[in-house]
Amino acid sequence: MSAVAVAANDKAFETVRTPDPEPRPIKIKASDVSVFYGEKQALFDVSIDIPERAVTAFIGPSGCGKSTFLRCFNRMNDTIDICRVTGEMLVSDANIYDPRLDVVELRARVGMVFQKPNPFPKSIWDNIAYGPKIHGLAKTKAEFDVIVEESLQKAGLWNEVKDRLHEPGTGLSGGQQQRLCIARAVAVSPEVILMDEPCSALDPIATAKVEELIDELRENYTIVIVTHSMQQAARVSQRTAFFHLGILVEEGPTNVLFTSPKEKRTQDYITGRFG
Amino acid sequence: MSTTAPTSTDSFWHSEAAIARRKKRHGADRRLQIFGITAITIAIGLLGILIVSLVSTGYQAFVQTEIALPVNVSSEEVSRDDPSKGDYRDLIRQALHAEFPDVGDSEFRQLEQMLTRNAQFIVRDRVVSNPSLVGQTTTFHIPMADPIDQLNKGVISAETPEDRRRVSNVQVELFDQMEQRGLVSTPFNWGLFFNADSRFPELAGLAGAIVGSFYALLVCFLISFPVGIAAAVYLEEFAPKNRLTDIIEVNINNLAAVPSVVFGLLGLAVFLNFFGLPRSAPLVGGMVLSLMTLPTMIIVTRASLKAVPPSIREGALGMGASKHQVITQHVLPLALPGILTGTILGLAQALGETAPLLLIGMNAFITSPPGGIMEPATALPTQIFIWADSPERGFVARTSAAILVLLGFLITMNMIAIFLRSRLERRW
Repeated sequence: MSAVAVAANDKAFETVRTPDPEPRPIKIKASDVSVFYGEKQALFDVSIDIPERAVTAFIGPSGCGKSTFLRCFNRMNDTIDICRVTGEMLVSDANIYDPRLDVVELRARVGMVFQKPNPFPKSIWDNIAYGPKIHGLAKTKAEFDVIVEESLQKAGLWNEVKDRLHEPGTGLSGGQQQRLCIARAVAVSPEVILMDEPCSALDPIATAKVEELIDELRENYTIVIVTHSMQQAARVSQRTAFFHLGILVEEGPTNVLFTSPKEKRTQDYITGRFG
Repeated sequence: MSTTAPTSTDSFWHSEAAIARRKKRHGADRRLQIFGITAITIAIGLLGILIVSLVSTGYQAFVQTEIALPVNVSSEEVSRDDPSKGDYRDLIRQALHAEFPDVGDSEFRQLEQMLTRNAQFIVRDRVVSNPSLVGQTTTFHIPMADPIDQLNKGVISAETPEDRRRVSNVQVELFDQMEQRGLVSTPFNWGLFFNADSRFPELAGLAGAIVGSFYALLVCFLISFPVGIAAAVYLEEFAPKNRLTDIIEVNINNLAAVPSVVFGLLGLAVFLNFFGLPRSAPLVGGMVLSLMTLPTMIIVTRASLKAVPPSIREGALGMGASKHQVITQHVLPLALPGILTGTILGLAQALGETAPLLLIGMNAFITSPPGGIMEPATALPTQIFIWADSPERGFVARTSAAILVLLGFLITMNMIAIFLRSRLERRW
């Protein structure tokens, strides 16, 4: 621990930042966020600005803390008893770690898509309608029908499933399930969508569809995506942040980070020398 | 890689030592398999011996020797307005006299004893339920007394010297006469299921025990199901993981291992003596059984909750569902098949439990099925216990028959559990 403190004083964790050539308004602002699992520190003083209506990718080797950081954005880390988060995190200028904040509302505003497609073992219709139902966004069946269709349209799944809305969502293929999960997240009109390696369980064709979808969703939503694939980060994101051993090493516009990284560790990682 | 390498590994794999090693490994596989098959054979064999011995002694209780006796319910003896009063004993005597006019006075008593001692009440009950029988001659099928029943079933042999059997020579002769005249029949013994307990084996049945067991299990279910689920949900989903919850968890597991007789003593001390609940009542029986089932229920429910994949919880939480919504809308429905299976198995265990019921007096001699959970009753296992203790020859077969009935209920419940599990099981 003391070594960590010393390192912090040395400003060894200072993130290398490259300004955005086309600056966008900031949606999420994290300052000095650290995460502890019990005694073990998993994330060290991460500060980053996530721009609005753009895709920000987190890359880095396994266990570098990128998923942990992502899960701070909608306080999913709350579900882990021993997990403790320090620092400040603002979504739309509101501190989400304010004790007065209702986590239920936060998660409606900050949706999440997980690594493994996890549709509820209910019908496709019920999967989409679940969020609006619990948040009271619709009342009549007609209103729900509209939301279901819109969400599935946005997720590019409508044409594939419109004839079997009442069949179980778990009966779809892996890629369709993941797009169903995206549609489910979109159904409550969130401001931010977090994606935790959304394509790691999918084949290349399904991956391409999801990536295409992410690119379309960017127009309306702020998207943060964690990915193991640097190619994916390069393809879908406007900004990329590189994590290593719990430290945010470098972040900047994707094209800059991939072509002329300032840090040697970033260079080594994106050229495949480690990780 | 050099070209000599493959030949050298070839010689390694084909050397005597290597072949011997492989042989040894395959031998070990086979031995393990044989051990398993042997174990299963022993288990099935033991079960087979149990069932065969029960069936071979119990099958006789599923039929009952009856005599067809025409009885003239004369309106002189029985009033049409109040058929419950009347000398039915005399009616039966008259009927016997009419049917067997040759039997002298000295032997008549022995003839009379060939019928069940409750023959008069059987006739009376039929007449009370159907008063139009008064003034008519009706043929009643009356169970024969236990010794005659045993004689008919071959348990008592006419060959045995008279002083060493419970049937006199006169009775053997009379029985032969009855058989020749076609009065004797051995139909299926519905009384085994629809009669309550009796001191006379030929009349004793399981109705009281079945109803008592049903009420006790109902109470047990109503207590242990909601309490067990609530406790399990709290421990699994809400309780912080600390020393206190660790202690609670260990103690729940301990509770599951407590001998059931201890719960019976607890029930006796607390429910009967302290709260003053009625003795022998299915309510108390159910409460005591639920003490026993509860730890099982909690453990099973927790296991089912744990088996719900975390991705479902995460998905729901990520949608902004609150904790109770995650639990009631996602986790519990998915865990329900497992919970139900565990519940049925727990209840099946409670159904066969005897010791705690003995302590709270559910082994009383009760001649009518209970009308509610507060009335005295027996349960199936305690009824077996009572019958096994009775000296009459007829109760030997009835004990085995009762065990078969109990096993039948247990097997049915377990099959329902297996069916539910395979039917409702979800795969992710």
